Amino acid sequence: MTTAIDVAGVVKTFGTVRALDGLDLRVSTGEVHGFLGPNGAGKSTTIRVLLGLLRADSGTVRLLGGDPWDDAVALHRRLAYVPGDVNLWPNLSGGEAIDLLGRLRGGLDEKRRQDLLDRFDLDPTKKGRTYSKGNRQKVALVAALSSDVELLILDEPTSGLDPLMEAVFNEVIDEWKDDGKTVLLSSHILSEVEKLCDRVSIIRAGTIVESGTLAELRHLTRTSIHAETARPVTGLDQLPGIHDLVVEDHRVTFDVDTAQLDGAVRHLTGFGIQTLTSQPPTLEELFLRHYGDELGAEQAAAEAGASS
Amino acid sequence: MSVTTAQPSPRQHAAPRSGGTTLTGTVTLIRFILRRDRVRLPIWIGAIVLLVVGSLPTFPETYPTQADRQARAELLDNPATVALTGPAYGTDDYTFGAMTANELLLWVAITMGLMSILLMVRHTRAEEETGRTELLRAGVLGRHAGTTAAFTVVAGANVLIGLLLGVLMPSALDELSVSSSLLFGAAVASVGLVFAGVGALTAQVTEHARAASGLGVAVLGAAFSLRAIGDVGAEALSWLSPIGWAQRTKVYVDDRWWPLLIALAVTALLVAVAYATTSRRDVGAGLVQARPGSPRAGARLSSPLGLALRLQRGGLIGWGAGLIVFGLAYGSLASSIEEFVSDNSTLQDVLGDAGTLIDGFMALVVQMLALLAAAYGLTAVVRLRNEETAGRAEPVLATAVSRVRFAASHLVIAMGGSLLLMLGGGLGLALTASLALDDGSMFGKLLGASVAHMPGIWLITAVAVALVGLVPHLVHLSWIVLTYAVIVGMLAGFFQFPDWVMKISPLDAASPLPGGDLGTVAVVIMGVLAVALIWIGLLGFRRRDLTTT
Repeated sequence: MTTAIDVAGVVKTFGTVRALDGLDLRVSTGEVHGFLGPNGAGKSTTIRVLLGLLRADSGTVRLLGGDPWDDAVALHRRLAYVPGDVNLWPNLSGGEAIDLLGRLRGGLDEKRRQDLLDRFDLDPTKKGRTYSKGNRQKVALVAALSSDVELLILDEPTSGLDPLMEAVFNEVIDEWKDDGKTVLLSSHILSEVEKLCDRVSIIRAGTIVESGTLAELRHLTRTSIHAETARPVTGLDQLPGIHDLVVEDHRVTFDVDTAQLDGAVRHLTGFGIQTLTSQPPTLEELFLRHYGDELGAEQAAAEAGASS
Repeated sequence: MSVTTAQPSPRQHAAPRSGGTTLTGTVTLIRFILRRDRVRLPIWIGAIVLLVVGSLPTFPETYPTQADRQARAELLDNPATVALTGPAYGTDDYTFGAMTANELLLWVAITMGLMSILLMVRHTRAEEETGRTELLRAGVLGRHAGTTAAFTVVAGANVLIGLLLGVLMPSALDELSVSSSLLFGAAVASVGLVFAGVGALTAQVTEHARAASGLGVAVLGAAFSLRAIGDVGAEALSWLSPIGWAQRTKVYVDDRWWPLLIALAVTALLVAVAYATTSRRDVGAGLVQARPGSPRAGARLSSPLGLALRLQRGGLIGWGAGLIVFGLAYGSLASSIEEFVSDNSTLQDVLGDAGTLIDGFMALVVQMLALLAAAYGLTAVVRLRNEETAGRAEPVLATAVSRVRFAASHLVIAMGGSLLLMLGGGLGLALTASLALDDGSMFGKLLGASVAHMPGIWLITAVAVALVGLVPHLVHLSWIVLTYAVIVGMLAGFFQFPDWVMKISPLDAASPLPGGDLGTVAVVIMGVLAVALIWIGLLGFRRRDLTTT
């Protein structure tokens, strides 16, 4: 399997801020790769380096076999990009912006363009300023997805979309995956990445802290369960992977490692489930849980260093 | 065009409790504006006051005796100079005061008008366009607080400049009395006030700050041209111009305060209309509503150049119309000058024949066109930077468009646009001047003079290009070069600057045209320098990170 994106040891500083701190990222051709991290972790900076909009201070970056800075124009013919914050020209209509961006990339597929406009339910005659955030995002999505390219780079593409449009987006990305195309999808929403991605890299403070298939990362995820049962639940604390268990009469609340979810729910059914809600953990919770100790230790070390 | 209507008379439902008026929050907003402009405002105020006060001590050096001053006065009292600077009052006994009024008042007034327009739009429509007004208006903030706060700050800046001038001018030049200097300050401040009102109103008309400023500056240009035509012949026209009112105070000669009352009344009217408009329209909307666009892009919108052209088209058309009208208007004044000189034999001894006077006048008009074309060139280059900071360059540069091609597309507009402007303005001027003088050779000479200024204009523009490439956040420093050229070009006759001060202005080499000789060497050097700066700028833009701040 060839590598579409290969980033090794990239450092990027802005003044005194170290936005990327020895970042490594590998995306194989044909995979949908989730790029997860909290706000300000360096996702957009990484993407801008990949697009040759920013120049890495050190480290190596290879994109589709080329150098994103030196070969920017040639590489950009083979990829499409949707920025996280889409800014459109106030006096251009959405349709004009789509055509312009498509043509500048080297042409767009007319059939796909029309199909996507229909599916995303986007009015192409409105002017840039009159679009809502979600509709601006749709303009950028249609422009990117109507192009015949090998690689799609999406920076939090669904942050302004409603659930209906998010479903359409997921469909379209699935179709891309079926065509064997590569997608790099940045997000801070774990469930979105879980739905779409083959592999995931998690970035924090400019460094990749975890990378692997979803199965490999399963240990990172916990699901919150809240249930009401016919009879008070007992014996749940004997099961593996149960955390923060609270039992109040007929109500029970706990977190469970996603790998152990099956066992926990089977156990609950024995007490007659009346209501059941499950909530995937937010990324922030995940980070707090998995890196909280580490963060605390770092802070303590920093404080110790400062006081000594 | 249609007028947006809001809910009927919202004032009736307002004020559920005490203090809720359409002006609620004005004081907070004023403090916020002062905080945002804590650098910008002192620069405007300081620059205007220092330039005026600093220039005064040179008067006695340049014109030491009464005879020197009278000789200068002889040069003023003719249609050519009147059209450029205004009616020459007090030329019988040409005091330093009369000199200050005749030679400086117009330029200070224009600068303050410009300041008022830019600041008003910056704090009203520009805020609304970005959506920040929406955020503020969702809080406890009256409907008219925004306009009121901006107007208060801008009016305050104008009054402060007026007062500082009134107090400082007498100390810089003993012959100027405090009372007359206060009137001078009040006169220039009155022009600033009227254009603060103009800015408040143009900010209501369009959704875009750029268009609002452009409209305001067009009104300023009209005010300048109206008084030029009025001062030369039909004086009634001068009474339609705020600059005309300020000049008709006859400050330092007759000291009349009453013309300023017209300015105050007009300002109040303009602000009242702006209020009324704000009450009737939606937040974010203009009086001119955006129409739906085309669902497909036209064939021309397929390249960075096509995009740049589309983005800058409106501005170029507006500037072009302005320069053509300016050229036509000033060219038509040529016959007044010719008649005036041929009727006046003593004047011919002082000034030479009508041809010399007309050539000198035309040279200054062509130079004004060149200054305007250079100003356009700078705005067009700044547009490139704005595309970058607004985040709109990013999606384009993420396609198969190189940095150089992207930047060059805007440069083609800046450089080609300024050439078109010079051709348009020059053609207008050449057409009416050659008709008015019945002199066909004037046509070619004026068009040639206009084109000869291009290397200088491109050099000024190229400074902005180099800044965008190397230190993008300092691109506005390029306005200093233009300001220098304005001061040197427009005030050289009066101040008698040393030769080298003149020579380093990019618009000096072609300034002797149409009467004199072109500084060919300087033109070639400027051309080479412009190319070098553009090359440096493009190289810098290719090598640096794309930034949004």
